Amino acid sequence: MTTREIELKALMLASLDGDAASHRALLDRLSRRLRAYYKGKLAGIGRDATEAEDLVQEAVLAIHIKRHTYDPAEPLTPWVHAIARYKLIDFLRRSRASISDVPIEEADTIMAHDDNVHAESTYDLKRLMQRLPEKMRCSIEAVKLDGQSIAEAADRCGISESGVKVNIHRGLKTLAALISREM
Amino acid sequence: MKTDDLIAVLSTNPGPVDRSSVVRTLCVALAVGSIVALGITLVGLGVRTDLMSARALIFLVVKLAFAVGIVSLALIYLTRLARPGGERRISVVLVAMPFGTIAVLSVISLGFAPSAHWDKMVMGNEWLECLLSIPIIAIVPFAATIWAVRRAAPTNLVRTGAFAGLISGSVSAMAYALHCTDDSLPFVAVWYGGTIVLCTLAGAILGPRLLRW
Repeated sequence: MTTREIELKALMLASLDGDAASHRALLDRLSRRLRAYYKGKLAGIGRDATEAEDLVQEAVLAIHIKRHTYDPAEPLTPWVHAIARYKLIDFLRRSRASISDVPIEEADTIMAHDDNVHAESTYDLKRLMQRLPEKMRCSIEAVKLDGQSIAEAADRCGISESGVKVNIHRGLKTLAALISREM
Repeated sequence: MKTDDLIAVLSTNPGPVDRSSVVRTLCVALAVGSIVALGITLVGLGVRTDLMSARALIFLVVKLAFAVGIVSLALIYLTRLARPGGERRISVVLVAMPFGTIAVLSVISLGFAPSAHWDKMVMGNEWLECLLSIPIIAIVPFAATIWAVRRAAPTNLVRTGAFAGLISGSVSAMAYALHCTDDSLPFVAVWYGGTIVLCTLAGAILGPRLLRW
């Protein structure tokens, strides 16, 4: 097992316990790996590497929303790789490219390179947020954008605290769905 | 949108995550599916009237053992398939074991019986009822299983759909066994085994449509 796997897995476990700094560090480090992975894959099948950033964000969002499916008894790398590859194949299928273009590969390829060249995706978060139902938008804005506590958000949006949590979770899932439908 | 901005949004107040939710949701779905399947069998078909006779009880146990064996294996594998990359940890050979066992036992029991009885042993009295009932009773357990798996993140949708079909078919067979009066091993192998395989194929076909995320 590599040092990187051990470090990232430690971040993942802390993030599952609700540690915001670890969660941020984890997503940040994984996003660089994902960027290098997707740029390499898209270039390999002759596609425009600018699409890579859209895929990076889709995968980051998927990792966040589906983090409860990570089994701590297993290594992290294959889990991340499976999500990254699933999102790549889904993306190529949506954009009508042949999925047979994605060769079989080792899970380690997901961690092979680091790419820190920041780019913007084609998604506009503010515009996508406008398409969410009121309660979801209010909950996400309060807690995720303005950094308010769950209790403050409940007050601001006029719903219960458990309602805020549910609306954030559903809202992020809806955002992810809107993103995959955009293309 | 910058990826950094997205990460900032996602890591503001992330909150702790319930790590046991995948397994728990699947177990809830299995329980709900089993209760509904049992209810439909009891209300729609009724329990076999000779249930207390020794021969009926022995065959009920055989049918239940076959179905429960498949349900247990399928549940273990579904908890893996529901997670990204879980398809690497699946042994199809192990899942085929209950089917192989019942097939071998059927051949042995046919070998001990005069060939004039073979037709009756395989076809039974109610093969058509069995062929129709098991897939129909499996619909609700299948819907419950798909609901549970959709809350997780399967990355091989054909295989996950197939296992959802497999578990629903065997839950249904478990319930139907309470009604079924055809007591022979070849009947169980062909009609129970066959309908469960049908449910598995249906699940494999529906999986990519129902499970995409």
